[in-house]
Amino acid sequence: MKATAEAPEAELAPQAVPRRSGVRRALDAIGVQNVSLLIALVALVALIGSKHSEFFLLSNIEVIGTAIAVMGLLAIVETVVILLGGLDISVGSAAGLGSVVSAMVFTHSGATLGILAALGVGLLAGLVNGVVIVYGRVNPVVATLATLAAYKGVAQLVSNGRAQGYTGTDAAFVFIARGAIAGIPTLIWILAIVALIAHLVLRYTDLGRNIYAIGGNDTAARLAGININRYILAVYAIAGVVATLAGVLITARTGSGQPVSGSEGLELQAVTAAALGGCALQGGRGTIAGTMLAVIMLGVLDNGIILFGVNPFWQNVARGALLVIAVVIMQLRSGERRVGMPT
Amino acid sequence: MSEPILSLRGVNKSFGPVHVLHDIDFTVRAGEVTALVGDNGAGKSTLVKCIAGIHPVDSGEILFDGKPVHIHGPRDAAALGIEVVYQDLALADNLDVVQNMFLGRERLSGFLLDEAEMELAARRTLASLSVRTVKSVRTPVSSLSGGQRQTVAIAKAVLWDSKVVLLDEPTAALGVAQTRQVLDLVRRLAEQGLGVVLISHNMNDVLEVSDRIATLYLGRMAAELPTRELNHSQVVELITAGRSGDLGLARPDVVTI
Repeated sequence: MKATAEAPEAELAPQAVPRRSGVRRALDAIGVQNVSLLIALVALVALIGSKHSEFFLLSNIEVIGTAIAVMGLLAIVETVVILLGGLDISVGSAAGLGSVVSAMVFTHSGATLGILAALGVGLLAGLVNGVVIVYGRVNPVVATLATLAAYKGVAQLVSNGRAQGYTGTDAAFVFIARGAIAGIPTLIWILAIVALIAHLVLRYTDLGRNIYAIGGNDTAARLAGININRYILAVYAIAGVVATLAGVLITARTGSGQPVSGSEGLELQAVTAAALGGCALQGGRGTIAGTMLAVIMLGVLDNGIILFGVNPFWQNVARGALLVIAVVIMQLRSGERRVGMPT
Repeated sequence: MSEPILSLRGVNKSFGPVHVLHDIDFTVRAGEVTALVGDNGAGKSTLVKCIAGIHPVDSGEILFDGKPVHIHGPRDAAALGIEVVYQDLALADNLDVVQNMFLGRERLSGFLLDEAEMELAARRTLASLSVRTVKSVRTPVSSLSGGQRQTVAIAKAVLWDSKVVLLDEPTAALGVAQTRQVLDLVRRLAEQGLGVVLISHNMNDVLEVSDRIATLYLGRMAAELPTRELNHSQVVELITAGRSGDLGLARPDVVTI
């Protein structure tokens, strides 16, 4: 590089090694945003645990872990979609479609084909979202609102609106739902592996870096030669696949393919978890670690509501309130323009 | 006078029925700042976009290092060593300085980002341009001032061992002190042997920093002269009328778009 020829190397050397204290490094690794989430989580756990010591039983923690697996998967891909500057509210319907397809194909051709068929349908559903957004130039919220309705309709059509198949005796589905590897339930393994892959790709590869760049400034990304359309298509396709994987988990847990009942409202939970975990809905900001903390927090909250014997219908109120609180905090932090007149 | 690094010969460009560039001859020399001036709609930005590969030219030839080249897209231009710093500051606010400088062209070791290598290269480039205003290369761009952001955008263009840098109104949105910083930086680019093209509406900036001034008038190259042979009013006349004394177009009154 010509420009570097006369650069004084001696002056650069000490700067090149980042000098950070241990505390600072730990903070960087966790993220400042995530520290407040951790504090909130600890407070919530302390509140629930102080009244109901059974909260800390290993069996209860396993219950929380398996309960958040489905929603956690959706929250992870929702995070990636939001980082890109989009939104996918069709993931809940896609999960329902995946659940039905996996159970119906399973009854004819076995578990492996059933799962593969579901993931294939998810790929297709995600690609449809991406194509409508990229080539139809439709706002992602509108596009996926449309497919939210459409995929739910398709799931009800193919299943006639009824639960499909019975997977409760199939070894593969039983292993997914109730099996364990090294003492840890399979559901938690699946969630952890998907989260780890997403984290590594976002943090350490150029693919992830470019996703952040597109969410931050799509014009800059385009001028830098990044093929934005390809990224949008790929991310929505992956969102579709992971959504139907979540559908397979629903099938495994309930023992049958559920067109609507297992998956309705999951998109709200996924967006809530992502927003609570520190994703800026404008795109470009957020981490998988933050989302996972938020997912755990939502799981603990649901568990607490049951332990305290509160009417479970409050769950939705609590989730909605949390979504608003999360976004309010985010807006105050970033100083972004709010709707209406600034005060 | 140094050898031309980039020359355009008889370049024409139309958008539908609108003939935007008429037989443009334009030369960029290594180690010199060539200012490109002209009124709104004279074709400055179109000319830059033709060089950058965003718009293909209709006719005429482009010579790079004396050899004819064909530029079909931004990637071709970048491969030749032509970089453009856009007016609208093409930086992503959510990323830090290093991440922005390597945007779209990240260095990898295996499948993974080579953060240490990129950080070092970014530091070297900033140091070679004597940039003192950017304290840490890990600062998010959102927390930088307009001048610092423009500095990062220019450093990003230099990072790629580029030979020609086109700057589209780099000082348009800046205050006095920040304009100063950026103009100094423009001068240093030329001193390092790069061919620099500066588009600007500010005559003081142009007269101060450029070696040659190329004036576009309604899509035609009215004059391309050394800065020392021109004064402020002559440049303004060339911009607004296409002619100043015996300089400029022979019959600017018959020129039409």
